[in-house]
Amino acid sequence: MKYMLMMHAPKEGWTTAGIGTWPPKDIQAHIQFMMDLNKKLAASGEFVDAQGLAGPEEAKSIRARKDGTPDTDGPFAEAKEFLAGFWIVDVDSPARAYQIAATASDAPGKDGVPLNMPIEVRQVMSAPCQDV
Amino acid sequence: MSAIEARRVESLLRELAPQVLGAIVRRFGDFSAAEDVVQEALIAGATQWPAEGLPDNPRGWLIHVAARRMTDTIRSDSARRLREAELARQEWPFSDPASFEADFVDADDTLTLLFMCCHPALTTSSAIALTLRAVGGLTTTEIAHAFLVPEATMAKRIVRAKESIRTSGIPFELPDAAERDARLASVLHVLYLVFNEGYAASGGDALQRTDLSNEAIRLTRAVHALLPDDGEVAGLLALMLLTDARRTARTAVDGTLIPLDAQDRSLWNRETIAEGIALVSAALRRHPVGPYRLQAAIAAVHDEAARAEDTDWPQILALYGVLKSLSDNPMVALNHAIATAMVVGPAAGLALLDALVADGRLAGHHRLDAVRAHLLERAGDRAGAIAHYLAAAGKTASIPERNYLTTQAARLRGD
Repeated sequence: MKYMLMMHAPKEGWTTAGIGTWPPKDIQAHIQFMMDLNKKLAASGEFVDAQGLAGPEEAKSIRARKDGTPDTDGPFAEAKEFLAGFWIVDVDSPARAYQIAATASDAPGKDGVPLNMPIEVRQVMSAPCQDV
Repeated sequence: MSAIEARRVESLLRELAPQVLGAIVRRFGDFSAAEDVVQEALIAGATQWPAEGLPDNPRGWLIHVAARRMTDTIRSDSARRLREAELARQEWPFSDPASFEADFVDADDTLTLLFMCCHPALTTSSAIALTLRAVGGLTTTEIAHAFLVPEATMAKRIVRAKESIRTSGIPFELPDAAERDARLASVLHVLYLVFNEGYAASGGDALQRTDLSNEAIRLTRAVHALLPDDGEVAGLLALMLLTDARRTARTAVDGTLIPLDAQDRSLWNRETIAEGIALVSAALRRHPVGPYRLQAAIAAVHDEAARAEDTDWPQILALYGVLKSLSDNPMVALNHAIATAMVVGPAAGLALLDALVADGRLAGHHRLDAVRAHLLERAGDRAGAIAHYLAAAGKTASIPERNYLTTQAARLRGD
């Protein structure tokens, strides 16, 4: 079963305490942690996809206008948190997906302190359906 | 070479895969390395045969190529393997593949390999992957496509499956009598999961995933040919055939799910149904009966009804009663509740559902809500049915099923 693990980062303090404000060694440690996690998922045969998203500064929300052209809104200063990145994993149980999410949540931040970011875990709709 | 001939080459390669692998494993012992060289030999055959024509002895050809690669691997390996290389060089008669082939091919190899690949020490997903490659002769790319994961991920899964086999010391031999039934149950379970994955899959290339069902049927047929007296093997094969026979009727052109009672039964494959019924009828005469035979028998009762309203529900209820007595499986209890509702009435079915809710093992499962919705609708509780159809839609991980359930709710609302 496939799960999407969505890593939400707090918007508050993004510019004053976000990754851009950390010392280089902490940034490196964080990046290394994420790369190692992806390697582990690949080695365990559970990796489907993983992507980090660009910062929220340029985040836009788009709606179609009546004529179908894009109506652009944002960025949103008031948002509490934003999607920083995601994984898609193919695992044998929901418990395993939660375990991977907990590992990701434990990623080191400034001074190596675990970030404890909330990771939203959602099942990807790919199950075979039952006869009804 | 025409497309038909190319397909013939492919199916021949797939059929020979476990025989060749069995011969190599028995000769060289190293399952993991043997599996790799056989895969290379299959790819060599797939490339060369369409261009150059079939060799006189395709199996001997593959064994020859795989054995040569195996010896090369061993030779190029460090001194640790020197002794085995020497042995291989002395004893392997490369000059005439046909002469040694008979000594190294054993009809039971397919079965032995299945027992290895489906060993309970392996996780389900790795057992499935390894079975499809080592026994089914599918390439890693094909398996990765079928399961919608990157090829590298599937390759790792196969490597890990082989590591589990090595570290658990699973031997290349048939399990002894004491273990046999439990081990066969693992094999049948893996084949059943492969079938289900392909049957009316909700994601990916439909054709590719349909192939998974066909592959499961092909492998189960092979097991049935080797163990013709095993009622559960015959039962599983029958169950697959009787389910697969309805494939084209269960989905509309636009991909929507059509429930059993609304399917156009003229689309059911009569030939497949006849084969399934013959298999299950014979299997039911072997005692004691097991769960696959009973499920196949239930599928047969559905398939035998010319119209949905002709379905012999009392018989289905009786069969679910036996099935329930065999295993404490909440899914069986759920289906038993449906059958009860069909025979006795929705209230009786709903009472059984309440017991299942109290039981707790199906908590959060969409089928519990879907069945309740259906029974409430039959009982005339429209609002309750709508609520439970929507609850079920929110819980399923299958897109066609979600679409079906939300459509049911909309229909009752009169949208």
